[in-house]
Amino acid sequence: MSDLRELYQTTILDHNKQPRNFRVPEGANREATGHNPLCGDRVTVYVRLEDGVVEDVGFQGNGCAISTASASLMTQAVKGHTVAEVQKLFDAFHELVTSDPQHEVDESGVGKLAVLAGVREYPVRVKCATLAWHTLRAALAGGATTVKTE
Amino acid sequence: MSFDIAAVRKQFPILARTQRGKPLAYLDTAATAQKPRAVIDAVSDFYANRYASIHRGVYELSESATLLYEGAREKLRAFLGAREAREIVFVRNATEAINLVAWSWGRRNVGAGDEVIVTTMEHHANIVPWQMLCEERGARLRVLPIRDDGELELEALPGLFTERTRIVAVTHVSNVLGTINPVREIAALAHARGVPVLVDGAQAAPRIPVDVRELGCDFYAVSGHKLYGPSGIGALYARAELLEAMPPWQGGGSMIESVSFDKTTYAGVPTRFEAGSPNAEGAVGLGAALDWLGQIGMQRIAQHERELLDYGTRLLDEIPGVRIYGRAGAKTGVLSFTIAGVHAHDVGTVLDGEGIAIRAGHHCAQPLMERYGVAATARASLGVYNDRDDLERLAQALRKAVELFR
Repeated sequence: MSDLRELYQTTILDHNKQPRNFRVPEGANREATGHNPLCGDRVTVYVRLEDGVVEDVGFQGNGCAISTASASLMTQAVKGHTVAEVQKLFDAFHELVTSDPQHEVDESGVGKLAVLAGVREYPVRVKCATLAWHTLRAALAGGATTVKTE
Repeated sequence: MSFDIAAVRKQFPILARTQRGKPLAYLDTAATAQKPRAVIDAVSDFYANRYASIHRGVYELSESATLLYEGAREKLRAFLGAREAREIVFVRNATEAINLVAWSWGRRNVGAGDEVIVTTMEHHANIVPWQMLCEERGARLRVLPIRDDGELELEALPGLFTERTRIVAVTHVSNVLGTINPVREIAALAHARGVPVLVDGAQAAPRIPVDVRELGCDFYAVSGHKLYGPSGIGALYARAELLEAMPPWQGGGSMIESVSFDKTTYAGVPTRFEAGSPNAEGAVGLGAALDWLGQIGMQRIAQHERELLDYGTRLLDEIPGVRIYGRAGAKTGVLSFTIAGVHAHDVGTVLDGEGIAIRAGHHCAQPLMERYGVAATARASLGVYNDRDDLERLAQALRKAVELFR
């Protein structure tokens, strides 16, 4: 059970149970839907983007604890940041969850998102952790409205 | 009558290994079955001592390899209760068997305005080929619904037939619900209207005795890897009369009688449907698997799994929040379930951490998931090598999952 608690940390369980920003923000002007066909997870991310800054962000959908918690934590992490900063955070987060489990976790630049580092041990679950992020990027890019993680 | 489960388990080398540091409890046999030593040895022996081109060489080694390949066909004939070995076509898997029928028989017999009947509980393998055929031919799918308990609404079937019905495609056993469908009754209803029946036997053949003549079906599809044999080999049983009338669906070597740039004539059955060099080692391994299953006996395997299913059902029913999908009276060893407040993938990961292998997801049966209004379920499925201990560990780990996500 101790190993599992490394994956399912208290913060993750908490955000799964009570997702933050689980709503459609007022005045949202960007949105995209992400879908993981493997497990049926579906998430829609909404953004109010003003002058290149994520003024507000929220999400809807349903998924596993990892994808729900990751989406919830993501909304908290990106709010108030520029698109460029969000991209930088995504890169750092992606590096965190796909890095070699043998190596020390590099938490620099990811802040609270570090609680998701446990998915490194479960390669098939990485897609769960990154689904909301890919969806956010699609929303910010304003192009494709449906992204898939498979 | 029971059998010596400890002796059976010893024949599966993989059961000695661990997963995430815990002894492996393999409960994913509906996805693919583990391999007994007899199969591993047969494939290895074929490579080491008997390997050569099939149906081509004029030398002894090739002749004996061909005999082994054709011997496997005969074993499948006997296993499925077919009349003649030529009614068995080797393919990659049950999916390819169904595609063969859709593209060979279907193109010739399904036209604009015609109808194909399938059921709500079909695996994508028995939906998508028909959908593709219907799209190409301008035909349409009609769907026989199921009841909440996971049984077909058989009484709705007569009303689905029209004069445009060309084929009924139904699974023998549901890969999600475990339901054993009344194929004999379905075939009788269809034949009374002159409509042939294809049965997806991927899940049934490894679990219950199958006799295609007793079932009265026209086509029966199986996968070798689910029958404790190698991957990449499967078979289609087709009634000789139908097979004889079917055109080839893939062209190439082996399937011809003679080739010239003006005209090519095709070989007889089943060779006409086996273009290119076949998966001979797969066929030989599958033959060994059928021998091995025959030694235990399908009736005993069915009984073993049924007893375990009942035990597992009792254990899961005692866990708060667990809901089992599929309560058919006639059911094989499949336990699909959800836990309130815990996503199926999280269930799968918690179990993984305990050394327990299950499937979590839509099980290639999205219309069925939609029928029950769930995105995914967890599925524990039984095989010949499972025992009560596997199920007790499953139940214990599920209680941990409930606790963790409380």
